Amino acid sequence: MKKIATALSVMLVAATPFAAQATPDDDLKALRSYFLEKFPNVPENDYVNGVYAIDENSREQWEAFEEFPSYEIAIDHGETKFHKKFANGKSYVDCFPNYKKGIKQNYPYFDTDSGQVVTLESAINKCRTDNGEKKLKWKKGEITEIGAYLAYLSRGHKINVKVPNDAGAIAAYNRGKKFFWAKRGQLNMACADCHYYYAGGKIRANILSPAYGQVSGFPVYRNKWAGMGTLHRRYGGCNKQVRAKPFKAQSDVYKALEYYHTYMSNGLEVNGPSQRM
Amino acid sequence: MRITAHITTTASIAALIGCLGFMPGIASADEGADIAKGKELAFNRKKGNCLACHQIEGGSLAGNIGPPLIAMKARFPDYDKLRAQIYDARINNPNTIMIPFGPHAVMSDKEIDLVTKFIYTL
Ligand code: HEC
Ligand code: HEC
Repeated sequence: MKKIATALSVMLVAATPFAAQATPDDDLKALRSYFLEKFPNVPENDYVNGVYAIDENSREQWEAFEEFPSYEIAIDHGETKFHKKFANGKSYVDCFPNYKKGIKQNYPYFDTDSGQVVTLESAINKCRTDNGEKKLKWKKGEITEIGAYLAYLSRGHKINVKVPNDAGAIAAYNRGKKFFWAKRGQLNMACADCHYYYAGGKIRANILSPAYGQVSGFPVYRNKWAGMGTLHRRYGGCNKQVRAKPFKAQSDVYKALEYYHTYMSNGLEVNGPSQRM
Repeated sequence: MRITAHITTTASIAALIGCLGFMPGIASADEGADIAKGKELAFNRKKGNCLACHQIEGGSLAGNIGPPLIAMKARFPDYDKLRAQIYDARINNPNTIMIPFGPHAVMSDKEIDLVTKFIYTL
């Protein structure tokens, strides 16, 4: 049984709504208008609030949490650690000189020199290793504190992910897009099944959030985790739910997914970190 | 296979029961036990977990992704079609979100039989 599950999780079934020549911008327009039509009463800016944008019942409870949010301490710790000197006398400030203005809205970006998608987390750890420090763990802990601080300073900036006219960048975007729409796992479900077609529907008691705006609140403090987590931590969880083998946080696959997924929220405001129930 | 009004002799009914493998209403003690097992499998989160998506009488915290499973005999006069839908929903809708329980070995053939028997009573 286990063997079958693993084999199936690598099996990708071709996705249906796949216009061959659609540009990232076409994709975004189509996704946006799908949701604006599906939820005509939800103000567009509200999509940054995930499921609480569309579910009034949980929204009230969530707003109460947001008054004294559990992520606040992560921002504080992040601030301290961000300014603390590394052993070589430098600090994150040297790697992220524009941090005060807000930088999160520009991540992930495609670095044409290395041919890689650069996520904020990968840039944080690159800063560390470039300065002779050890990498942080990718999914929780200190990396979410630095991330929370940088997201906080970026609040209100519009997400602005770019796909340059570069074969590698376009390929990464398309890999992410394919991942999002492809069925996977023993239970055979795509991200799109839950967060596009049935967004707003209920799986058991869980209301499904729309893909539009889904990334803007990360990192999040999730009560279920009793702590903070990155977007890739969540990806892993959503893969496991359908009995697919999760990929490693910051693997090429998840970076490509984040690239597509974040592009699909372009124009909405960064509002991380956030509270999740 | 449809049960039509002009089948009247007990012999032919008996033959039908034999070939359907199941006939609600005149369920034997065994049938009753099968239906109970089917219900358990349908509600079990590691097996059918049908409540994730369907409202089913007797189940709580049901989702609403799929239609409520009620009046099944009216919607599926043909028992085999119902079983086929539960075995692999992709036959009717290639892009369905419903789990391909049979082909992906989420439940065994026997388990799918039991679940179908239960669903057919709804
Ligand atoms: C079986 C259904 C299902 C599938 C398939 C699924 N998810 Fe989820 N996802 C959920 C549920 C339930 C939640 C929690 C409620 C919510 O925020 O939508 C969630 C939450 C999330 C969140 C957090 C949203 C927030 O505001 O905190 C992200 C991001 C996410 N999913 C992305 C994905 C991606 C990417 C995939 C595919 C790799 C995926 N999901 C596949 C059910 C699913
Ligand atoms: C992840 C969601 C999901 C799960 C789990 C699920 N279904 Fe479904 N089911 C659906 C959807 C959606 C439909 C509507 C048809 C379609 O889209 O394929 C459906 C349709 C059906 C139908 C046809 C109903 C009709 O009137 O046409 C039956 C019968 C059914 N499901 C039975 C089951 C049983 C029994 C189980 C558990 C063993 C189950 N389903 C589990 C989502 C699900």
